[in-house]
Amino acid sequence: MAQFHQTFFEESFEGLDIMENELLNLDVGNADNESINTIFRSAHSIKGGSGTFGFTAIAEFTHVAETLLDEMRDGVRQVDQVSVDLLLKSVDVMRDMLTVYKDGGDMDADNIAAVQTELENLLGAGGSSTSADDSGSTTENTASAGWIISFKPHVEMLRTGNDPIRMLHALSELGEIEVVADISELPTFADFNPEDSFISWEITLTGDIKKEDVTEVFDWVEDECDLDIKPIASESESPAFESSETTPADVEASSTKQPAAKQAAAKKGGGESASIRVGIDKVDEIINLVGELVITQSMLGQIGGEIGSDADHNSNRMEKLLEGLAQLERNTREIQESVMRIRMLPISFVFSRVPRLVHDLSGKLNKKVELVTLGESTELDKTVMEKIGDPMVHLVRNALDHGIETPEQRLEAGKPETGTLTLNAYHKGGSIVIEITDDGAGVNKERVLNKARANGLVGENEVLSDDAINDLIFNPGLSTAETLSDVSGRGVGMDVVRKNIKSLGGSVRVDSVEGKGSVFTIQLPLTLAILDGQLVKVAEETFVVPLVSIIESIQVKAENLNGIAGKADLYKLRDEYIPVIRADHVFGMSNSQASLNDRLMVVVEGDGKKAGIIVDDLLAQQQVVIKSLETNYQRVDGLSGATILGDGTVALILDIAGIIDMFKEKSAPVPPAPKGNGTDSDIADEAA
Amino acid sequence: MTTPATELNSIIGSELDSDADQFLTFVLGEEEYGVDILRVQEIKGWDSVTPIPNTPEYIKGVINLRGTIVPIVDLRQRFNMPEVEYGPITVVIVLKIECEDRDRIMGIVVDGVSDVYDVPPEEMKDAPDFGSVVDTEFVRGLATVDEKMIIILDIDHLLSGSELQAADSISG
Repeated sequence: MAQFHQTFFEESFEGLDIMENELLNLDVGNADNESINTIFRSAHSIKGGSGTFGFTAIAEFTHVAETLLDEMRDGVRQVDQVSVDLLLKSVDVMRDMLTVYKDGGDMDADNIAAVQTELENLLGAGGSSTSADDSGSTTENTASAGWIISFKPHVEMLRTGNDPIRMLHALSELGEIEVVADISELPTFADFNPEDSFISWEITLTGDIKKEDVTEVFDWVEDECDLDIKPIASESESPAFESSETTPADVEASSTKQPAAKQAAAKKGGGESASIRVGIDKVDEIINLVGELVITQSMLGQIGGEIGSDADHNSNRMEKLLEGLAQLERNTREIQESVMRIRMLPISFVFSRVPRLVHDLSGKLNKKVELVTLGESTELDKTVMEKIGDPMVHLVRNALDHGIETPEQRLEAGKPETGTLTLNAYHKGGSIVIEITDDGAGVNKERVLNKARANGLVGENEVLSDDAINDLIFNPGLSTAETLSDVSGRGVGMDVVRKNIKSLGGSVRVDSVEGKGSVFTIQLPLTLAILDGQLVKVAEETFVVPLVSIIESIQVKAENLNGIAGKADLYKLRDEYIPVIRADHVFGMSNSQASLNDRLMVVVEGDGKKAGIIVDDLLAQQQVVIKSLETNYQRVDGLSGATILGDGTVALILDIAGIIDMFKEKSAPVPPAPKGNGTDSDIADEAA
Repeated sequence: MTTPATELNSIIGSELDSDADQFLTFVLGEEEYGVDILRVQEIKGWDSVTPIPNTPEYIKGVINLRGTIVPIVDLRQRFNMPEVEYGPITVVIVLKIECEDRDRIMGIVVDGVSDVYDVPPEEMKDAPDFGSVVDTEFVRGLATVDEKMIIILDIDHLLSGSELQAADSISG
């Protein structure tokens, strides 16, 4: 049962997200039927699921919200801002309840009751009507002399195991029944598919029967048929009913419109179900296996190439083998690409959190904001996506709180009353770029600078470039908001944003023009699983240097080398001095004091610090799949992981920032105990 | 009282003693050691490894085991026994280690694989403190099979991360 619970929760949370999204997109006053249908269907399946699993609190609450939606769907109720806000609140309540059921904890019963009462009040007050075909309504308890039921199963209804005959039997038990079958839809025998349903029925049921009893019969097929239940002689019976009933023309219009909308919705539903839920561990397993496949393939290719160049074997069959190997290589590469793509999701998963945030915040801050999202289908790895959500939300909050001004201020500044917040995402090389643009006040450079001076971050007489000043806002302890709000401005935030993004191997910067607005640009690697690396050789071992941290590779010129206290070397690189790190020393692999002249040096930057790493050779540049050392071992200083090279051997990936730190520590008097490889004997000599 | 296992044994006529644990034994010098066979993932010949910088001497390095990075420990060096040249029968036994937080895979380099024995729990003797060769905390017990003494190792303790870290800080 627990596994179904898991699925139910996942689907319900997704359903809530859909509801929220659609609600936010609803054009108030002119809502289209399809959106309301989508919202209704989500609510309906949550209600159904929670009922099945015994989460009655959710089922009951959702039922009330569903009733409101049902009235909207039937066009009985206007879609106005009040009800949309209330429905959004209901979504929150439902989400809280689901979380409580999922993770345990206490329900906020007061809040639930309050929202439920609000909903009920709205239902009662706005109730110019109880619609006749309001199937789920609690307010519905009308009994009449009987019902005229028009029941038209969709073509595929039989396949779901529902039998119309059984339903007709069930109806006949309720009262006197008269059934007229409409077989006009029946195709010619040649086209006839016995698993499809073509017949529709017009059922007249007479007797003192409650509507619920009638709808109950159709409970299971609600979504698989067109159903219309009307009380007999409703036209003449009660004037109250008549007044609330829509005019015949309207009925026709809505009844023709409704199936169309339903069909469209059904089609959309079909598209959604074209995906399957797979555990991420299964995907990772495939990725691992494909990695193995690639290695095997390259090994085969190499052997094939060697044999192929051997003239004796150069026969027809050999040629075929080489052809096959080439084919294998192409296929393998395609498989690898497709597999990596499985983990990629469109960024709309993150963007979808924003509309709600903007809606709530702009209300709270009394600002008018229009949200524009671009590039929502840009894909990035799931792991990156999970981690970028919070920093991005923080930037959006920041833009709303500090960036966009109040309508009055905006008008004063000659700007349109409504501010615009733009989210844009696109691919650039091997990274994804996310831009958060607002047309608000921009960074107040003077205030930032004053604050930074007051905090001692910037010296009194230091002159900073505009970019440098903008960059100051990522400093810890620098919040320039004049009033602290619960939205942002506690002075922690921007530095955390930068830290989080950096830990993902990305960067964030701000461009701002005072009075015109700001652009926050986040750049991230597409995936955490793959890295563009430069292979280097150090003391006979191959290491991988992340390409993003490499500035350039140069040949050391003796005249630019400067020693400091005979210990460390500094290299003059154009107008700056950078420390020279002998990788083999830091890693304790050798202690050779060979001259650095003419050696290769990779200039790298990690954590804002530059350094030159001396390597023995530069090898190929290639994409490598990052494997953790911690899985089976533990973290090792100076290494961010390992990878498997084309020949199946393991190469270690350097953690540049870590190495620079290690180098600093090692520059202190105590030398490392180098490891293995016969160099042990001369350690002692080097200790001085 | 018949458990399914004993029932099964009587059906297939197996001589397996259902109470006895099975141990894979290997040799280090003159001594024979045993590990719980259920922990053994595979046995493979010694192949080159990628050394990890700044790790204790007995961590030979890491290998690629079907896409996973697996560290290799030289058991002789771990027990401070004299080193020997790796030869054609030098093998790596790949073991599953259960740490407090998760399972890890590690390989141990030994002189050679010996045999598989059933050892009933009652024949397992507590290890006396036998000095510096093997720390008794790595030893689960001693068993006698065919007049030979087998040292049964507690591999979780032997290779666990905290142990490595402790060793790391000592040697570093």
